Amino acid sequence: MKRILLVHAHPAIRRSRINKALLAAAQGVEGVTVHDLYEEYPDFHIQVAREQELLRQHDGVVFQHPFYWYSTPAILKQWADLVLQHGFAYGENGRELEGKFWIQAISTGGMAEAYCAVGYNRFSIRQLLAPLEQTASLCRMQFLPPFVVHGTFQLTEAELQQHADHYRHVLTHLCSDAFEPGKVLAHDSLNLAVPLPQTRS
Amino acid sequence: MHLDSFLAQAFIYLCAAVISVPIAKRLGLGSVLGYLLAGVLIGPFVLKFVGREGGDVMHFAEFGVVMMLFVIGLELKPRLLWRLRGPILGMGGVQVAATALLIGAAAMALGLPWKQGLALGMILAMSSTAIVLQSLAEKGQMKSEAGRASFAVLLFQDIAVIPILAILPLLAVGGAPVAIDPHHGAAADVVPGWHQALLTVGAVALIVGGGRFLIGPLFRFVASTKLREIFTATALLLVIGIALLMQSVGLSPALGTFLAGVVLAESEFRHELESDIEPFKGLLLGIFFIAVGAGVDFSLIASQPLIMIQAVAGLLGLKMLVLFIVARFSRMPGTDTSLFTLALAQGGEFCFVLLSMADAGHILPTSITKPTVAVVALSMAMTPLMLLLHEKVLLPWLLKTQQQRPMDEIPDEENAVLIAGYGRFGHIVGRLLRAYGIGATVLDMDSDQVDFLRRMGLKLFYGDASRPDLLESAGAARAKLIVIAIDDEAKALQIIDTVQHHYPHLAILARASGRLHAYEMVKRGIEHIYRETLGSSLDMAAQTLRTLGYPAHEALRATRLFKELDERSLRSMADVWYEHKLGAAYVNAARDQIEEMEKLFSADMKGLSKPDGGWDTDSLRRENERPGS
Repeated sequence: MKRILLVHAHPAIRRSRINKALLAAAQGVEGVTVHDLYEEYPDFHIQVAREQELLRQHDGVVFQHPFYWYSTPAILKQWADLVLQHGFAYGENGRELEGKFWIQAISTGGMAEAYCAVGYNRFSIRQLLAPLEQTASLCRMQFLPPFVVHGTFQLTEAELQQHADHYRHVLTHLCSDAFEPGKVLAHDSLNLAVPLPQTRS
Repeated sequence: MHLDSFLAQAFIYLCAAVISVPIAKRLGLGSVLGYLLAGVLIGPFVLKFVGREGGDVMHFAEFGVVMMLFVIGLELKPRLLWRLRGPILGMGGVQVAATALLIGAAAMALGLPWKQGLALGMILAMSSTAIVLQSLAEKGQMKSEAGRASFAVLLFQDIAVIPILAILPLLAVGGAPVAIDPHHGAAADVVPGWHQALLTVGAVALIVGGGRFLIGPLFRFVASTKLREIFTATALLLVIGIALLMQSVGLSPALGTFLAGVVLAESEFRHELESDIEPFKGLLLGIFFIAVGAGVDFSLIASQPLIMIQAVAGLLGLKMLVLFIVARFSRMPGTDTSLFTLALAQGGEFCFVLLSMADAGHILPTSITKPTVAVVALSMAMTPLMLLLHEKVLLPWLLKTQQQRPMDEIPDEENAVLIAGYGRFGHIVGRLLRAYGIGATVLDMDSDQVDFLRRMGLKLFYGDASRPDLLESAGAARAKLIVIAIDDEAKALQIIDTVQHHYPHLAILARASGRLHAYEMVKRGIEHIYRETLGSSLDMAAQTLRTLGYPAHEALRATRLFKELDERSLRSMADVWYEHKLGAAYVNAARDQIEEMEKLFSADMKGLSKPDGGWDTDSLRRENERPGS
């Protein structure tokens, strides 16, 4: 079984229906350690040594956050700046993260159609994630397709629940021994790569 | 007085003071009692070192009172004095008038004519500024409510001496005007009333105007000579000059110098003046107390001990009665009431002056004034003893048994938050919660604070949160957490113990006064401990770094890191402290902690655990400098 560090970052979690639902779904999944950055470091005083130790103890990281300005909330950038130190995460002797996987679990207000060359966001999600993908690459980590929830403002309660169930299913799969990273690489998103079994409908 | 005899006298007085005062202080009796005992020892009834000249010495030493009022004035800005006008006129006026009438009535009941009774009443209404203020200052009580009230009453008495000096001659048997003791207020009956009023106004105006406009330049000029003793001489000159001026127009010198002190309270030379006059004041007061001790006529007391004891008890009793009523009416808290009542119950140094005047002017017969002097002296000697009794017996008893006010009945509350202590710490927590719409049940032990906040529309209860029954009705069983924000250290720990014992489900957030207090809380397993000044000190430290030119964010993060490390050290040091208290083991451990912290902050640290190393480019630069990389 694999162990996943779920790094969650939302500065106003009480206002986010989707992230609340996703976070709740992640709780209790065997192998998943939920780590809420704004909750742990409300004053941005990130304890670097502690974070690095957490990374060492897990096989992969899922960064769950809203897709603010095509990127992460501020604390996650601060986290990367401080925790992914030269000599720890990258550089000649920085090999502590080698081989671990890196996954983005993001929510966007815009619809899926907006994220393409002709949409108003002009770029695909994968293109916009390029800086993060390169960060993972420099740390010798394996960047996997993201888990994405689009159009969060218009979700019905039922859809919200479905996304939460799907997220839980994906996380469970990632932790299981059956999971092979190579099999999901070809997909645009984990939503497509690991579909929710249609048992209820 | 010849030089020899002067030196011999000085030697005896100083010797007595140097030996007895430190011993008295060591024994916890206070310096005033030490001086008095020294006086008794060297006086005519024990060692006989000093005899009749004690009276002269006392006149001389009374000048210490004048200096004391000058120093007090220096510490009292005019605005503060103005704010005290209510208590001065109200409490002081009532105390003097009521005491004079009550003692007068008692004297008449004992068979004295009404004129003599009234004269005696007015004289004995005075209390001892010297003893009271010295004792209260020594006990650090001047800023308490009792201290302020005592001061107000004493100040009124000093003012009241002026009209009393004017009224006394009218009470002479047969009504004939008499000459007044030249030492205090000669002019009262010689010059017409309007003339006197004019002189008074003129003298006061001179002091106020001179203090405002002349003293500043004068002291600047003197200070520019850089001769310390000349500055001291000028300060003494000022005080003596004012005393003389006041005497010449028939006013109390003490009042005059007090006024001058107030005028100078805002001058830039205030602290120099204070430190220059202070030793003179202290010594003269000491000698004054010794003279009082030496002047107690033990032969008189021994000849009729029962009557003397009754007289002293009667004097103290009547004065205490009035003082108690005054205190009650001004709504003083219980402990302040008792202190105020006991502190001002004695006769004062003005009594001696007024008694000798009354004697000389045939206002009172010698058969009355002589024992009265002894009674007043005895009552003064009793004061330090009574204050000691108050401190050691009455106060603990009052605090323990007498709930000055019954605890409030708390209707069953359903709030998730309990707050114990709603002073300058707790109310911040409470206000933020209020702004968030979160209800809190507030308990406070400061009855004034409770009343005040209630008037502002807040809902809080007067009560002791360490009592399980009160916690119960405050809803502790259903609440989620308790904020302990009281400033009484022992009480805070008591509340923690009570809560942990009876309501283990309640989360505890506790205010600690300092490190040692926090250790006690660590030992009790409290997770959320807030040392009350840590936050502000760190803010200040951050600003200090910024003012030195460090970037704001770096300064902020430095304080955050410091706090994190300090919290950690607090937890680990708690064990060491608990086992070894502040012994060598603790000191060593503390030194290690400090060293470790300094190493962490120092710039030449190597390795990965360097704080904020991710923002550091040194290692990256080194790697890229290598040839071929």
